[in-house]
Order: sequence, then C-alpha cells, then structure tokens
Amino acid sequence: MNAESPESVRDAAAGGFQVETVSREVVVINAAGLHARPADLLAREARKWQSRIELVNDAQRVDGKSILDVLTLAAEAGTRLLVEATGPDAREALDAIGSLFERRFNEHENDQES
Amino acid sequence: MKFSDFVASEAIRSHVHAGSKEGVVREMAQSLVDAGKIAAADLEGIVKAILKREELGSTGIGRGVAVPHTKHPSVSKLVGTVAVSQEGIDFQSLDGEPVQLFFLLVSPPDRPGDHLRALENISRQLRDESFCRLLKAAKEPVDIQHLLAEADGHGVVS
Repeated sequence: MNAESPESVRDAAAGGFQVETVSREVVVINAAGLHARPADLLAREARKWQSRIELVNDAQRVDGKSILDVLTLAAEAGTRLLVEATGPDAREALDAIGSLFERRFNEHENDQES
Repeated sequence: MKFSDFVASEAIRSHVHAGSKEGVVREMAQSLVDAGKIAAADLEGIVKAILKREELGSTGIGRGVAVPHTKHPSVSKLVGTVAVSQEGIDFQSLDGEPVQLFFLLVSPPDRPGDHLRALENISRQLRDESFCRLLKAAKEPVDIQHLLAEADGHGVVS
C-alpha cells in the first residue's frame, strides 16, 4: 500500500494459481464526492468482476463491492484513494473502476441532485 | 459526524403509516415540519426533490435500509430523521428487498461534505447487524433515540 506508483503489481503463488494484485491511485474529482449514487455505481461495477476489489484510504480498507463499505469512506472531492484488485480479472476490473472516477461517475459539476 | 448532529429526535417515528415510497417520504418530511426543522411552506418542494432524486436510482442501499435525501436551499444545516416501517415498504431497493429502516436527510446545497459524513455514519453503523435488527424492532421513538445515542457513544452492544 505504500508503493504509490500508478500501477504496482505483486504476484503471489496461491495453490498453483497466479493470483495477481494490481493497484492504482484514483482521485475523487466529482464535486459532491463519493455519495450514495457514485457509491452504488462503484459497487455495481466492482461486482461485475471476479476479483476482490478493495478501496484504501489513510484510515481504512473497505470492500469495493459493498455500497455500505464504500460510503464509510466519506470521500470528498479531492480525496485520493488506492484501489486494489486481486484475482484473475484484476487488471480489467481496475481499469473499469478507474474509468468511473475519471468520468466523475457521470456527474456534472452544476448537478443539483445528490 | 454523529446521529445527534443531524437527527431531529422529535421527528423520529417507530411506526410509519405509509405503505409506499412517496407516502413514507411525505410522512417523514411532515415529521420534520412538525418538529420545526423545516417550514411547512417547503414541505412540497422537499418531497418532490427527494422523489426526483429517487428516480435517478433508489436510495434503498440494501439490508432493508433506505436513505432518501435531497439538497434544499431552505435549510442552513443538515437535518434528518429516522423512521421504521413495521411491515416494510417496496422502495425499489438495490437488493430488491422491502425497506423497514429509513434515514431521511435534507442538506444545504453548499455542504456536500456534511452529507457525506452523515452517510458515512449511517452506513458504518448499519454494517453492524445487531444495530439494524434492534432499530427495526423498536417499539417507540424513544427506543430508536436510545439506540442512536448508544451508537454515537460506543456502538451497540447486543
């Protein structure tokens, strides 16, 4: 977690399978932060993948597939998070999750809805 | 943020009468009017805004819990209340389950951080299954008040 390179990879042999953990830093750029709707989008996307997906901030590590967990991050605009994916489709999952952040969870800055 | 920072205790309801999404939102907003937290003149606007937000995706976040909410310029600080439906209400939840436990939030448009911290508190507490179970089993508003106070202090010990 302290390796802050954009994409750090470590491979661990587990029962003969190569289990890959990939991670990348993301930034919450939508103005309203990770509120209910983005958290829902994120958890839905995460659940599409087999890999375990975790979000890490300074204080905690949570399950990216759980909306309740994601909401406990209370991540405001500007927050940096580390996304870690572990499993056979980890890289694809990480790309998909990263893209959600980059697309501001499809929110517009002048959106009055939360 | 603690429950006591945003939950209007006089607006807590342990037995909502409503059986529909719109009904429960209206009943909870009315309880905030009755508690003096929002103006009667703003009731309709707030109910409409909450329902419009629901159209974007249900705030039924699973485990029988929903967090209907909106921003509204009439409030200067985050206000909210808690209600329990004994029967459960179809809220088009993300997990398809009926909702028994409602946290309704109205926040000032310029304070997204407060809204996030309220959601953080609610979701963190709700990960505790006994907290959820005890809230749903509340017989009186005062039972809910005690549970929230206990969660604020040191978590629920079942």
